[in-house]
Amino acid sequence: MKVLTANRLTDGEAVWLAADESWSASIDDAVIASDKETEGWLSAAGDAACADNLVVDVNLIDIEQVDGQTVPIRLRERIRAAGPTNRSDLGKQAKHHAGRSD
Amino acid sequence: MYRYDQFDHDFVKARVAEFTDQVDRRLTGEITEDQFKPLRLMNGVYLQLHAYMLRVAIPYGTLNSRQLRMLGHIARKYDKGYGHFTTRQNIQYNWPSLSDIPAILGDLASVEMHAIQTSGNCIRNVTADHFAGAAADEVADPRPYAEILRQWSSVHPEFSYLPRKFKIAVTGAERDRAAIQVHDIGLHVKKNAEGELGFAVYVGGGQGRTPMIAKKICDFLPEKDLLTYSTAILRVYNLHGRRDNKYKARIKILVHETGAEEFARQVEAEFTALKDGDLKLPEEDIRAIERYFAPPSLTARPEGDEALRLARLDSRGFSEWLDQNVITHRHADYAAVTISLKGIGEAPGDASDSQMEAIADLAERYGFDEIRVSHEQNLILPHVARADLKAVYDALVGIQLATANSNLITDIIACPGLDYCALANARSIIVAQNISKRFASMERQREIGELKLKISGCINACGHHHVGHIGILGVEKKGAELYQVTLGGSGDENTSVGEIIGRGFGPDEITDAIETVVDTYLRVRSDGSETFLDAYRRVGQAPFKEALYAGEAKAA
Repeated sequence: MKVLTANRLTDGEAVWLAADESWSASIDDAVIASDKETEGWLSAAGDAACADNLVVDVNLIDIEQVDGQTVPIRLRERIRAAGPTNRSDLGKQAKHHAGRSD
Repeated sequence: MYRYDQFDHDFVKARVAEFTDQVDRRLTGEITEDQFKPLRLMNGVYLQLHAYMLRVAIPYGTLNSRQLRMLGHIARKYDKGYGHFTTRQNIQYNWPSLSDIPAILGDLASVEMHAIQTSGNCIRNVTADHFAGAAADEVADPRPYAEILRQWSSVHPEFSYLPRKFKIAVTGAERDRAAIQVHDIGLHVKKNAEGELGFAVYVGGGQGRTPMIAKKICDFLPEKDLLTYSTAILRVYNLHGRRDNKYKARIKILVHETGAEEFARQVEAEFTALKDGDLKLPEEDIRAIERYFAPPSLTARPEGDEALRLARLDSRGFSEWLDQNVITHRHADYAAVTISLKGIGEAPGDASDSQMEAIADLAERYGFDEIRVSHEQNLILPHVARADLKAVYDALVGIQLATANSNLITDIIACPGLDYCALANARSIIVAQNISKRFASMERQREIGELKLKISGCINACGHHHVGHIGILGVEKKGAELYQVTLGGSGDENTSVGEIIGRGFGPDEITDAIETVVDTYLRVRSDGSETFLDAYRRVGQAPFKEALYAGEAKAA
């Protein structure tokens, strides 16, 4: 299974392609491709978003589903999806914490 | 320190305006990422895992308090409240928006700073001994020469598109604290028999995937020939350095493949053709640059000895810090202070906005307005009266920066690793933090003595693992992090490249493995005065291999 990830042009934030073809700052919103056809659709959407100067550094990455959550296979991508492992107050994990405490 | 003249101001201002326009054009889609990438890299802007990263140049690691305060301000206003000091004496911000970078560069320009040539295949920030101008063992301050090289190499038309990046380091002392033998060019300022200043010139050192120790190709280069000879080296490299393979493009490969003797001959031939031309440095120009680096006028402060004697009795913490983090100054009433950015369990090299501001205040009040960044990722106050050391210490305690671990096992160099860096294969910071916590006891650290532990999260070796007494290299193997341990490296005047001790260790094993190495050293050292490096050089790998892997061999 794969999802499409990139960094947003304006601020470099890690983003994933969502079902409505927007780029979400949370991997939870990512469209999961389980077949070649969907992968092809994701890649085409990525190329278009690059051409539209919305995102840079677009990549299809491998994921698995763990307890209903989308979890990248590679540590690199898990760190992109959460934030630095030495600073839980930084990156997306920090926003999640802040959201929960509200 | 060096102050911008009108030319410098205009040049940096023009560059900020130019890059501001380039960022605008990128954000409006007028230029593509392929077109923009080389432009942003020329201005120190990388794209990392979570965000853009801005690398700001700190020439030869020298800052004044106004500049450090501005670095703190940028951390607070545009980033997430901290900055990361690097092994190239620079600072990196990990979270800036591309749209904010023009404003950041404008703020930097207002304090005579920039991010030019902190990336790309050009001559990068010239580094120097962080105790320059203060060290008791110095022949001459290396920074005037570093500044001359900076001026010459800034947007040098011939050397802006080299086969690969190019790093120069300068030391003015026999004891090399600038790791010159692992640089593309290493310069050792010395005096000849006639008392004239010049350089021993080393070339072709480097770390990365192919570590090489530099070769000395000139034993004494008169100072007037600095730029001519450097140009000759760069020309030979620019002409013959490989452009077909990024991994073989550094000058170290050219020197190695050509042979040092033949390489030196080619440089000499080029040098002879250029000699006594426009690049010859007039005596008055060298002395004019030197005046910018004139030492502060250090008035006699003889009350320091008595003050320190009393303060030592009063505070054990101060006494330990004095022994570990304070070094002898060329003026007997003064000292140079290392502010450790390696608090137990902290990320090596990180400083918060308020810590930067507090250190700037200390430099202004007690340190003649000077701060240095060391390649070991600490900050230095190079000139502090011994009588003021207790006040400085107390202030550092107040900002959690009084850890007395300079040159001890927890004074770890670590690159950002996989927590931030797009090139990394494994994490570095967390490995450093775990080792730091394991060896938290200051008593134990002092018992172990001088031990330089350096960690890189990939083969590019930004964490200098090749020259760590203990080096750790993080790699990715079958999708997991694996840490290779090297022993016996050193980045000083007796440079050596560490040797891989055996199979690597997983993230949960590496701290134990390091402890085993250290315990083995404590067992084999001849006495407490034999350092880890000396003991390793005497006994070799065998006892360490045995301690780390003997159980496995038996099990197999």
